[in-house]
Amino acid sequence: MKLELRGISKAFGSFYANKDIDLVVDDAEIHCLLGENGAGKSTLMNVLYGLYQPTEGQILLDGKPVAFNGPGDAMAAGIGMVHQHFMLIPVFTVAENIALGAEATKGPGVLDLQVTRKKIREISDRYGFDVDPDALVEDLPVGVQQRVEIIKALVREAKVLILDEPTAVLTPQETDELLEIMRQLKANGTSIVFISHKLREVRAVSDVITVIRRGRVIDSVGAETSTTELANLMVGRAVELNLNKEPATPGAARFQVRGLSVVNDLGATSLDSVSFDIHEGEILAVAGVQGNGQTELTEAILGTQPVAAGSISLDGIELVGKSVKQVLRAGVGFVPEDRSVHGLVSEFTIEENLILDLYDRPPFARGISMNLDVMRKNAAAQISDFDVRTDNQLNPASSLSGGNQQKVVMARELSRDLKLFIASQPTRGVDVGSIEFLHRRIVAERDKGTPVMIVSTELDEVMELADRIAVLYKGRVNGIVPGNTSREVLGLMMAGVSAEEAFAQADFATSANEPVEAQPVPLETTEHTDTQEGEAQ
Amino acid sequence: MSETKAPVVPDPKKPGNDLFKSITQGPGLVSVLGVIVALVIGGLLIAVTDEKVGETAAYLFARPSDFFSALWSAGTESYVALFNGSIYNSSQGFAPLLETLTVSTPLICAGLGVALAFRAGMFNIGAQGQLIIGATMAAYVGFAWHLPVVVHLLLVIVFGLLGGALWGGLVGLLKARTGAHEVILTIMFNYVALYLLDFLMNTEAFRRPGETNPISPILDANAVFPALPGSRLHLGFLMAVLLTMGVAWLLNRSTIGFEFRAVGHNPHAAQTAGVNVARSTILAMAFAGALAGAAGVAQVAGTEKVLTAGVAGSLGFDAITVALLGRSTPWGTFFAGLLFGAFRAGAVNMQITTGTPIDIVLVVQSLIVLFIAAPPLVKAIFGLNRKKKRASATESTQAGAK
Repeated sequence: MKLELRGISKAFGSFYANKDIDLVVDDAEIHCLLGENGAGKSTLMNVLYGLYQPTEGQILLDGKPVAFNGPGDAMAAGIGMVHQHFMLIPVFTVAENIALGAEATKGPGVLDLQVTRKKIREISDRYGFDVDPDALVEDLPVGVQQRVEIIKALVREAKVLILDEPTAVLTPQETDELLEIMRQLKANGTSIVFISHKLREVRAVSDVITVIRRGRVIDSVGAETSTTELANLMVGRAVELNLNKEPATPGAARFQVRGLSVVNDLGATSLDSVSFDIHEGEILAVAGVQGNGQTELTEAILGTQPVAAGSISLDGIELVGKSVKQVLRAGVGFVPEDRSVHGLVSEFTIEENLILDLYDRPPFARGISMNLDVMRKNAAAQISDFDVRTDNQLNPASSLSGGNQQKVVMARELSRDLKLFIASQPTRGVDVGSIEFLHRRIVAERDKGTPVMIVSTELDEVMELADRIAVLYKGRVNGIVPGNTSREVLGLMMAGVSAEEAFAQADFATSANEPVEAQPVPLETTEHTDTQEGEAQ
Repeated sequence: MSETKAPVVPDPKKPGNDLFKSITQGPGLVSVLGVIVALVIGGLLIAVTDEKVGETAAYLFARPSDFFSALWSAGTESYVALFNGSIYNSSQGFAPLLETLTVSTPLICAGLGVALAFRAGMFNIGAQGQLIIGATMAAYVGFAWHLPVVVHLLLVIVFGLLGGALWGGLVGLLKARTGAHEVILTIMFNYVALYLLDFLMNTEAFRRPGETNPISPILDANAVFPALPGSRLHLGFLMAVLLTMGVAWLLNRSTIGFEFRAVGHNPHAAQTAGVNVARSTILAMAFAGALAGAAGVAQVAGTEKVLTAGVAGSLGFDAITVALLGRSTPWGTFFAGLLFGAFRAGAVNMQITTGTPIDIVLVVQSLIVLFIAAPPLVKAIFGLNRKKKRASATESTQAGAK
């Protein structure tokens, strides 16, 4: 089906999230919408899916104008959408989730899941989805949940599939699988609108790439366009994608973690005797799929997570058992993974947020009396130093874009003398232009001699920054490898394959000149970790 | 308006206490409009229950002008009487205003206690209990001890604040240590305080010698606030002003207030920034209790000069309304306290001169809370959210889609 958007504008008050957008998605085409966060990609798709009414403009399907008053209309017209956050009910089975909203019935009010099951098997077989209709959604890995979402759209006979940032939650291997699925769907005649800001994937799979910036279409280009060009189009200026950082000159091991274990509220082991060192003037990146113990690791170091066993020492000082304030005072700079929950008080002004963990020490306070003048001057200095885009430092932090919020957190943490800098997901939800800036700041801190620990689920970021990489898998360090380790090896290690095996397999794959397919996790490793978990419970 | 800018995509990460914040700390305009609407509705209620209006309604169609003039005069006369009884009238001059200030004093103090807890993210229903304990300790020091001038009064104040701080701090401690909810705790502590006072009033230590009624001895002359001659206005009002200034400083200029507000808005971020959330919770409730305790001091050492079982009246609960109306800011609470003081002071005069029952003031007070709790309602009445309609329309379609 050919989809055409003509002159679509969407205004919120006087603000245009989309302005005069023209877009043509041909039959059986993968069309990528590329743009930074807040560029208006999602708004446009919500207009297309009937969630928003366009202020101006027309949507045409196969040349005929259509108007959608809600997702129901869009679905009926053959448009399906897979949202970034899945719209699945965890305690329902796959079949129940897929039937939901379009239940087949035998007699009034009597569900006929058999029909749905059959359809799921058909689709699953056709595309090699390998989805069991009777599995509970909550038991499925994220990648499979995403396939359930895709099946949901296909069962409703979607001819145009919108995928909103589908790879944000996937491992590198799952991402490759998804890209393969997209190609198959295309081969079967489905058009796909693929929303992303990850240049590598976009180039791998798209037929046409349309770049959107500040709500307007900037250009439509082919997949052969270089990453640098795409990034420049996206940001609107020349972006240096490669940091070209100097090689690290690591000194003594100043930060040491030994046998660190954390047991969560349910009694399960979320960190299992983790040990590593970080040297002076070195960036250690902790890689891993979300939920493999990264959060627990950083929180244990900060002191907000009780430690079951092990030690954490910074310059010979034991940090386990210290209060958060003592840890911060010991010279730890901490950028939490979720800035809106842990990094900022969004109702506080930018000024106040810039001293959120410095408010009670000189020069910001004497005794219990705060010096608001110093706070103001500090804010002005930090805002210009970190190029925080705001018209008033008295605005609440919530008024800032994600990238600028992150700059506030980074500015605050880097504004004091540090003995260790920890940043979790330092650039999550941050636009390309700011990523470059923040990465440079992190490297600058390293070059000052500070040991730096970066926790990131973005492989690109890990590979960009790391001098050494520690891969976390199910709460254990699954090997520490050099910073120049290949994407394939890291991907395998993130799926639980040991470092040696991962190197061997990747070598084999490269020598056989085959694309790396998803590797089944070696049985031995899975069993091993399962018994570990079983013991912990 | 900033909200028109952002596409209306609900943020799933936002902490869920937005409603709490918008009710307790929303814009002051809603307060002002809420009072106006409440007064208008109160006026209508006065009018329709008026006898003369009822009589004229019987021949409404024959002579509608009678009905409407009766309606108008019933409503306005009551409010004029309210004004005369609370601020100024031709025979007494500004004497009623002094009475208003007197009545406002405990409302302001207790209101500050509730407001401070609001800012620290807690709903302090316990001003009543904290006030009772504060009043009890202050009164005991006032009549049982006999000390020189100044010293005695200072000790009365200190013990009053301590009593309230103890009662509030206990709630904070239980919340911080066990995770119990402060609303349940403060409600229960109110009962404990109330019946503890009942019990004490029947003991030798508290009951006035030779008296069978539960009433304490009169406080020493040295132990009470000096009053302005010819009125009931006492120095306690100055204490309320000073406390307002103190709370304003605490919240806006001190590290303690910074911690309170940080914990109140986002305890996760506060904890990550090194704030001891448990300590902050306990301290905030203790401060809140001390302020309610100050209201108790104002009652026993200022207005009443004795301790009775009914010393708190409904002050602790009116304080919640006062804090809400004042948008949990110190000076907002101060002026809201003055307004409620004026209602209370003027209501008596209103009943005497126009026969309008005092209860109507309670209705108006309740309506004010109602309108503050439902800001969109007030805005809708004044047509303030027309601009947002389109945005919210798309929001509702989206919500429907999910």
